[in-house]
Amino acid sequence: MNVDLWINDEKITKEIDGDAMLLDFLRDHGCLSVKRGCETSNCGLCTVIMDDKPVLSCSTLVARAAGKHIYTLEGLQAEAQAFGECLADQGAEQCGFCNPGLVLTVLAMVRELKHPSDAQINDYLSGNLCRCSGYMGQLRGIRDYLQKKGGEKK
Amino acid sequence: MRTINQFVRVKTLEEAYQLNQKRANVVLGGFMWLKLGNRAIQTAIDLSGLGLDGIAETAEAFQIGSMCTLRELEKHEGLNACFQGAIRTAVSHIVGVQFRNGATVGGSVFGRYGFSDVLTCLLALDCEVELYTRGLVPLREFVQMKPDNDILVRLRINKDGRRIAYQSQRQAKTDFPVIAVAVARKDDRLFVSVGARPMKAALIEKTVCFSGLQPAEAEIEKLANWAKQQFGYGSNMRASGAYRQHLAGVYIRRGIQEVFTNER
Repeated sequence: MNVDLWINDEKITKEIDGDAMLLDFLRDHGCLSVKRGCETSNCGLCTVIMDDKPVLSCSTLVARAAGKHIYTLEGLQAEAQAFGECLADQGAEQCGFCNPGLVLTVLAMVRELKHPSDAQINDYLSGNLCRCSGYMGQLRGIRDYLQKKGGEKK
Repeated sequence: MRTINQFVRVKTLEEAYQLNQKRANVVLGGFMWLKLGNRAIQTAIDLSGLGLDGIAETAEAFQIGSMCTLRELEKHEGLNACFQGAIRTAVSHIVGVQFRNGATVGGSVFGRYGFSDVLTCLLALDCEVELYTRGLVPLREFVQMKPDNDILVRLRINKDGRRIAYQSQRQAKTDFPVIAVAVARKDDRLFVSVGARPMKAALIEKTVCFSGLQPAEAEIEKLANWAKQQFGYGSNMRASGAYRQHLAGVYIRRGIQEVFTNER
């Protein structure tokens, strides 16, 4: 079947198989930040933003992404860098493997929630697993990012 | 590894129904659970072009399309105001926001999964499912029916003034539940639904009568003990049947306490 969709604002038209998964499709189109961490829809590493919502690209059929706008880390470099600096300032990451999924989910959260509390942040990110940092540094980095972002608006 | 030979976004429910009569074909919900199987699907039937996402609220009921996501359920203010946030509580521990943006209400309910928080919660409410050929069927009947080739169109939750409390226990915050308990009350009627036993949720109903205006603790304890014994429990890698039964008793007791004594 034929699908049209947008990856980081670039329109793609392609013939696909009915069972093609978005994760593989994105990687085939150069978005190597999108990774398969668990294959059981649990780790959040493959998170991308589809029509303003964070979704698991490992569990999304390309056929279902037809007509939609997908953003990956490659297409959100400015925001990702600003947040990444906040994470680095807190020494929040060790191996960095989970980073692309975390960044995309945080960027989606910023669009969806206004002034989230720590509890809301933790709830929003409960689907993003990190196996080395223990989450506290990430939370500090997120708070820092939210504060800076809020500051910029004024 | 599951495979799909053909993906069809249907234009009508009739088309979906006709396609679904073949055993090798399957209706896709959110594809979150189905993805993990290894079945070879001939035609994947996609309902997402039928406008079955979203929740419509009227004075009497909520109509929830089968393609509505769990995240939409969680965020719907009317639904959660009407049922004391129980539906939000039920879905909020299911993996993560990204997962709940994919998983659908229709998939959760039609699958009648043993682990389903959604089914357990809805079962304690006055909920009906709308099937393409059968029409409206009470959820408590639907849950007993064998999965067939009908199409789940939407759910209807009637606003009958029920108060409900939902609780689950998990070994890790976003894991499947070890036990899931919904307790609801309408006047002097008590409804208890227990899921993740680890079998699919079941419902019991009872008219209760307490000695005073507020139930005494001993009365609640006795009622909860009776209620937990009305269900069967099994063992799996997460917990033993005996432990599940014990937990069910605790959560049923707390649920009864909540819906009968904390009038708001």
